[in-house]
Amino acid sequence: MSLLDIRNLSLRIGDVEILRDVSFSVAPGEIVAVTGESGSGKSMTALGVMGLLPDRAEASGEILLEGQDLLTRTEAQMCATRGRDIGMVFQEPMTALNPVKTIGDQVMETILIHKAMPKDEARARAREMLDRVGLPEDRFPLSRFPHELSGGQRQRVVIAMAIALRPKLLIADEPTTALDVTTQAQILDLLQSLVADFGMGLLMITHDLAVVSDMADRIVVMRHGELVEEGPTRELFRNMSHPYTRMLFEASGHQVQLPEPPAAEPLLEVKGAIRDYRLPRRHVFRDPGHHRAVKGVSFTLNRGERLGLVGESGCGKSTLTRAILGLEPLQGGEILLDGKPVWSGHRPDPDVRRRMQVVFQDPFGSFNPRHRVDRLVTEPFHLLDTPPTGAARDKAIAESLEAVGLKASDAKKYIHEFSGGQRQRIAIARALIIRPELILFDEAVSALDVSVRAQILDLLVELCAAYQLSYLFISHDLSVVRTVTDRVLVMQSGEIVEAGETEQVFTSPRHPYTQTLIAAAPTLPALG
Amino acid sequence: MLRYSLKRLISLVLSLAVASLVIFFVIEIAPGDPASFMLGLNAQPDTVAALRSELGLDVPKIERYLSWVGGMLHGDFGTSYTYRTPVAQMVADRLWVSLPLALYALGLSTLIAFPAGIYAAARRGKPGDMAVMGATQLGVAIPNFWFAMMLVLVFAINLRWFGAGGFAGWDKGFWAGIHSLTLPAIALALPQAAILARVMRSALLDILGEDFMRTARAKGLSRRQALWRHAVRNAMIPVLTIIGLQFSFLLAGAIIIEQVFYLPGLGRLVFQAISARDLIVVESVVMLLVFAVIAVNFLVDLAYAAVDPRLRQRT
Repeated sequence: MSLLDIRNLSLRIGDVEILRDVSFSVAPGEIVAVTGESGSGKSMTALGVMGLLPDRAEASGEILLEGQDLLTRTEAQMCATRGRDIGMVFQEPMTALNPVKTIGDQVMETILIHKAMPKDEARARAREMLDRVGLPEDRFPLSRFPHELSGGQRQRVVIAMAIALRPKLLIADEPTTALDVTTQAQILDLLQSLVADFGMGLLMITHDLAVVSDMADRIVVMRHGELVEEGPTRELFRNMSHPYTRMLFEASGHQVQLPEPPAAEPLLEVKGAIRDYRLPRRHVFRDPGHHRAVKGVSFTLNRGERLGLVGESGCGKSTLTRAILGLEPLQGGEILLDGKPVWSGHRPDPDVRRRMQVVFQDPFGSFNPRHRVDRLVTEPFHLLDTPPTGAARDKAIAESLEAVGLKASDAKKYIHEFSGGQRQRIAIARALIIRPELILFDEAVSALDVSVRAQILDLLVELCAAYQLSYLFISHDLSVVRTVTDRVLVMQSGEIVEAGETEQVFTSPRHPYTQTLIAAAPTLPALG
Repeated sequence: MLRYSLKRLISLVLSLAVASLVIFFVIEIAPGDPASFMLGLNAQPDTVAALRSELGLDVPKIERYLSWVGGMLHGDFGTSYTYRTPVAQMVADRLWVSLPLALYALGLSTLIAFPAGIYAAARRGKPGDMAVMGATQLGVAIPNFWFAMMLVLVFAINLRWFGAGGFAGWDKGFWAGIHSLTLPAIALALPQAAILARVMRSALLDILGEDFMRTARAKGLSRRQALWRHAVRNAMIPVLTIIGLQFSFLLAGAIIIEQVFYLPGLGRLVFQAISARDLIVVESVVMLLVFAVIAVNFLVDLAYAAVDPRLRQRT
């Protein structure tokens, strides 16, 4: 008998249909991955099993846990079920823990809420669980607070809370999406070993096919609230009977063909760049000390070249990006664009600044919601001494919008009228409008669904051909960097540890850190 | 935690030093010479000069500032220009009314606001929430002297449970004092409670939307358990801020209520001193209030750190 059996689950909130006739099951000890793009209903399915749906949601169908329908249980019964029979791990480890309670208290709470036992015994059990998830006592005593731990460590605490009572079913909703690749690999290993040890069923929600391809026993593909395909992992990848599954697979591993870069001629030169941050003063009369975020980085980006910069969070890549843009001064070394320093005197040189633009990660947060698209995309005009006005301005707006695949008439709309992918196109249009010589893409496709990401990557290639773009592509996603760059830099703890032709670095990495990164990155299985 | 407390303490002392400078010189610059004011319009210049030197107004400002500050450190606040009695004694008498009144009102306001705010947040959008929100809206809108008059009408004139005004004095016993402060404390507390309840509710609603509240529910906590165990403490930071501000306000801002109930409090003392150009009294009371505000802020800072472990390490 299966552990979890979802039968014809439908869900609506008000007039909006969220799920339609979803049916699948999870057996004890089995890992089932539910995958799909945003809006597919995969997270709602998980919340439905937990009985934590929004108040106005109406569910029909059956969710059977060991033959008992969860949908008919009362709230009090569900409280007794959650945490004891079903554990759940969430996406954002940074915010999933209560900041004012110790990790020990939070793990103990799961135990004490369900089982009457002396505190000492619960404490011993919590300790045992934290040891099991790889947080040994000497470094992670129960008295630690969440803010003293890294993201990966916090996710381990969340897992310890979820498995403290050895639930029969563990639900993990994008458990590694917010983590670095090496941490992601460790957490996935941990989850797999827990499933094997405890014989739990694991229902894993993810948008990333590659993450689950070598871990899940079965995969469920969802779209627009419906199940489109389901099957054992290997079979599913071999057959891909539904075109949507095939599209997802292809988009995840989307490859593009960059046009040949022109002859090497330096555009951006970074020479021994050093960036220090002042640490908080520990003593009134003592030097407060500094944290060196960028430790003497040097590289050259040639005109027409597409350069990648990869590294994990905290490696200094964002700091370096800000320094290149002239947003912050350097403490040593220099950054030249076409031979002219970005930073002159006490402020960035406007002549240099207007030749660079940037596209950020978050397509939702990087626009002022009260401005129309024409005003948004013309923002870089303030860098120009004589910005175009009247018909010239309209023409520039229309050109840049059409270049990114939008219509000139979109100029009069507000940003909320666009989807995430369209917004990222607008961000690119905004960067293009003053025809910069260099564009910085800071995690520019990381927040997008795979199918949208594939379209944006295609757009980049078109723009490379049309405008001979030079760009620095900063990302933690190795598969994307691999396809859209000519050369790549690998950054670790403020230093560039490896640089070279992209294909060569990826096929034969020399530095141990690069090797670790590439080994940890999840990959899709080869077709066939 | 110790380092954090020491830092807050140093900042407290520095703030006091700056505040004393500002208070002294701003009040000295203000027009109106106490000596000529006391002697009236027709005073002879030499009489005024004699009084000036008697009051110590003829020495240079810096010296006067230093002796003022030095005196305060010894508990000597100088002598009132108009009453010719030690300022310290006058202020102390008034403080024995104002401080208990402020604490009483603050206690009442917290006792009303916490349950009301938590209740409303737990029932967001439901009739209970709307009732609390409606009541607090009225509480914020209606001035406290109106409440004061209504309380006097109902409880003093009709029911005769309390006196209509005046202060019994602490020498008649603790309960007699509390009894005569009850109506003014309620009048002061109601609008403050309304504000505090709204802050409590909105702080809680912010916290209820946090990821860790969902984690708590996923562990098997009921809504109510999650609210009490995880949300209330996290919502305390904005609430403590407001409580600190309210205490400072209640200490000196009760002048209208003091008038309505004929209470010999600090507010009335300041008002009379300003009208009489009794600068030394004004300066001393203002300095005392500044000290109270800064001291309360210090306590609020310590309370922040007690509530939120992240602040203990912050510098």
